[in-house]
Amino acid sequence: MNAIGVVVFPGSNCDQDCLWALSVLGAEAVPVWHESTDLSGLVALILPGGFSYGDYLRAGAIARFSPVMQAVARQAEAGLPVLGICNGFQILCEAGLLPGALLPNVSGRFQCEPVHVRVETARTPVTATCEPGTVLQLPIAHAQGRYFAPDAALADLEAREQVVFRYVNAAGEPTPESNPNGSLHAIAGVCNREGNVIGMMPHPERAVHPQLGSTDGRLLLAALQKVGVSWRGPGTDGGGGQRAPAAASVELNAQAAAGSGGGRQWQ
Amino acid sequence: MTNEGVCPGARVHSVSKGTEMSDHPWRQHGMSDAEYERIVELLGRHPNPLELGLFAVLWSEHCGYKHSRRALRRFPTRGPQVLVGPGENAGVVDVGGGLAVAFRMESHNHPCAVEPYQGAATGVGGIIRDILAMGARPIALLDSLRFGPPTDPHSVRIAQGVVAGIAGYGNCVGVPTVGGEIAFDPAYAGNPLCNVVCVGVLPRNRLTRAAAHSVGNICVLVGQHTGRDGIHGATFASVELDESSESRRPSVQVGDPFREKLVIEACLEIVEQGLAAAIQDMGAAGITSSLAETAARGGTGVEVEIDAVPQREPGMTPYEVMLSESQERMLVIVEPQNVAAVQTICAKWGVQAAPIARITEDGLFTVRWHGEVVGQVPVRFLTEDVPAYDPPARPPTYLSTTRQLQAAAFAWVNEVQGRLSPAEQLLALLASPTVASKAWAYRQYDHQVQTRTQLLPGQADAALLWLKESPTRSQAIALATDGNGRLCYLDPRRGGRRAVAEAARNVACTGARPVALTNCLNFGNPDDPEIFWQFTEAIAGMSEAAEALGTPVTGGNVSFYNESGQGAIHPTPVVGMLGVAEQAQRCRGLAPTGVGQPLLLLGALYPPGWPDRPEQALIESLAGSQYQALFGSSLAGQPADVDLELEQKVQQGLLALYERGWVTAAHDCSEGGLAVTLAEMALAAGIGIRATLPDGQGRLTAVLAAFGEWPSRVVVALHERKQVGEVQRLLAADGVISIYLGETTAEPLLRLMTGKAEDWLALDLAALRQAYQTIPFARAASNACSGAVEEAREAGGACHVGQQQGPLDNGVSQGRG
Repeated sequence: MNAIGVVVFPGSNCDQDCLWALSVLGAEAVPVWHESTDLSGLVALILPGGFSYGDYLRAGAIARFSPVMQAVARQAEAGLPVLGICNGFQILCEAGLLPGALLPNVSGRFQCEPVHVRVETARTPVTATCEPGTVLQLPIAHAQGRYFAPDAALADLEAREQVVFRYVNAAGEPTPESNPNGSLHAIAGVCNREGNVIGMMPHPERAVHPQLGSTDGRLLLAALQKVGVSWRGPGTDGGGGQRAPAAASVELNAQAAAGSGGGRQWQ
Repeated sequence: MTNEGVCPGARVHSVSKGTEMSDHPWRQHGMSDAEYERIVELLGRHPNPLELGLFAVLWSEHCGYKHSRRALRRFPTRGPQVLVGPGENAGVVDVGGGLAVAFRMESHNHPCAVEPYQGAATGVGGIIRDILAMGARPIALLDSLRFGPPTDPHSVRIAQGVVAGIAGYGNCVGVPTVGGEIAFDPAYAGNPLCNVVCVGVLPRNRLTRAAAHSVGNICVLVGQHTGRDGIHGATFASVELDESSESRRPSVQVGDPFREKLVIEACLEIVEQGLAAAIQDMGAAGITSSLAETAARGGTGVEVEIDAVPQREPGMTPYEVMLSESQERMLVIVEPQNVAAVQTICAKWGVQAAPIARITEDGLFTVRWHGEVVGQVPVRFLTEDVPAYDPPARPPTYLSTTRQLQAAAFAWVNEVQGRLSPAEQLLALLASPTVASKAWAYRQYDHQVQTRTQLLPGQADAALLWLKESPTRSQAIALATDGNGRLCYLDPRRGGRRAVAEAARNVACTGARPVALTNCLNFGNPDDPEIFWQFTEAIAGMSEAAEALGTPVTGGNVSFYNESGQGAIHPTPVVGMLGVAEQAQRCRGLAPTGVGQPLLLLGALYPPGWPDRPEQALIESLAGSQYQALFGSSLAGQPADVDLELEQKVQQGLLALYERGWVTAAHDCSEGGLAVTLAEMALAAGIGIRATLPDGQGRLTAVLAAFGEWPSRVVVALHERKQVGEVQRLLAADGVISIYLGETTAEPLLRLMTGKAEDWLALDLAALRQAYQTIPFARAASNACSGAVEEAREAGGACHVGQQQGPLDNGVSQGRG
């Protein structure tokens, strides 16, 4: 089995969208119930958007205690590619698997709108096929997306190439107007030090079909699938899993460079 | 009122005697003396307080449609596409490909007047459950909202609260809010309108009906505990608002969208596994109405055990349990052997499932508590013997003034020309709250969750939802809401006709064929003959249009008593129109896709009366218009009627162009007239437009050609100039006149010329955009944001209050068109 797991928390809203988007790409995908603690056989994991546990207390604050999150932490440690989208990003931050926190938008409101983000690094499973600097158009839909970390932590994130996506304008430049929620350093997505755990506020699964206005999300989900399949976790080949994503990313980068760029090569 | 006058010869106990009734308890329930006497007559005895409560809620206007039932029979409700018509939780339409669509609109006006956030939130929750009751997955929400003027702080508070409530509930529950409309008018200052549409999709063969036919089946209450909240919400909805309304706040329920999401998933899993014999939503009047209506449809009885109902607090009386309107509850009727399986599914989703009642054969509604029968009445008394009134109706006296106008009463039009240039007039129209972009509202709604929203708010006259589950993968449905209180005030019949026609036209503008409609009828107190006349006229007008356009009425909701100290609202029937497109890929929004695309105006090129009766043309094109609301001295005149035959041809002609794949954009002419239509198309596309006003070579004043409002007009953009002749010939063959207006231009300018080729107006897109993006209560919005602004500045960020400018931010109003 080469399936990507999509975790279903009570209150997840984008689980079906993620499963559908992966099916559009021809990727195998399965739902993973929040009470499950066995993630064996999965090549990657998505924590989808929504309002897990109603987002009561704080977005993602309760979901981090669900049984599946302990398994996620173990697998992440072992190198499993894990992508948190929107509420999934909030959960990963609450669980300490990603640095920083997501505060209420400066507008004080929920915001649903298209944004541009710039890929800052190709070292993660979702950006492995992107040239750094690639600008993608993706939708956001959140009330708590303002990325925050203390100054020292921010400097560390930048130095270690852990900023994965930044809000920019269509020309690829970060401007005050292109930052929808007041995120520090215009950060739209980050990864852990190893690069296998990624969180992002925009929704790539909402941008995989021309009828939905953008196909830029395909690039990210397809890369996750390719890198995931080439990754062999400790449960299958006994180790070495952490190196695989990086190796795969090199190979896929070469493919992307050979292609016409953008997210269209897997259409 | 005497007994004899109401029920001659009946066995009626005198209600003026008898000590137990000396305090007229039924009056506190909003019942008339005659209604109480009727209950006594039916039962042959006095009801006990619990039984009186059952009658009070089921005989309320909200549940019983006392004043409206007979008038509503006028609506056409049949058609080959209609699977379920009025009378169920929602209408259901066959959309082909083995799929069916359930949809319905409901009002939550009074709760929003008292507690805007929770009023709107629970309105959303309630209509979602109506769709769920048909076994459908809710896939979209639309909201039709009316508020007082944005200069009134109270109205601003209500508007912001309602929008926040819709966002708070809809976003969390995972159903996208894809469209609707927002209008501001002093008529709604004391009584806002909040009408919510929900749409669901289901396999045609899985249709679930809320009828309990099988004796012995078990009624399982799925969802939240029952508390003391919302008792008498149904009766609250059935009186006018006054100073005491504030004290009614406990009648407004509190919503929990997270629980609703779990209830949705649990119920759909129950339906998918074939475990539900019937499902019923638990809305107004709670357990009482859902049990009674389910049993009534099945011709059976029901016995409910109060002790079995999970209760939020101890010491609740049977009366409170039966009448509670606690939210996020559904009633699932199952065969006894399936109860355990239903409970297992609910446990998985963390949702309570309690068997509370049993379907019986005796036709009685029996309430048991602590082992005793505490109330028992025949089900049919509650649901079928509801009084039906034919209140007196007469034309309002104000019509004698508004309809007797001469052209002289429109002298202000000339005065405006002397004061403001055409460009200034257009900018003022674009900045007026009803016309201006509604991005400030719809940006707060998640309109893309479920990944099927093909045309987003602001991109088209209707929302377009892709039916990914269709066998062809290419089907879509379009949805639009439309209503215009000003037109209905001046002529409810024409206003009703135009509401249906415009909603259908909006749907057709995306390339979808209108197939059926739902509605919300918002009116004042029906006991006022003038109000009731408005009501019956509007229904007649809507019915005529629905018949002519082949769009039967599949259900809806009546909201009376929309009055406050400031009087009754404008009569405001709101239409929710459903359309179907077989080729979703061909559907388009209102933004032309490139430079050099020709623009055609289809349909009624000139106002009624033109050119022979210029006075009629003047009055009918401005009566009730946005132009009159903004610049005129008062709401006056008789608005233009819609030629339904022409309307039908225009829509079919437009769809014929879509079928050939010739359309790149379409937008109907509505509030603000043709000039606003063209400005919105230019703004949506981010390119210029150069067009000649169809002013009959100067014989129609440019002002009327630009800003006048009359129905059956659509602006269509085509791919290439050379298509124009062929398109016009094709349309003419179908009886549709069209005229070439101009084309899209690289120069970012809206340029309108008169028929004599003189420049009449030229405005660059930046100026148009600035006007169009006026937030109606910017000051209030910026205050709300100011704390965050400071914080953000310190953090190096920036604050945007609905002013973002993404590439898709076309800043077009939310489905208004």
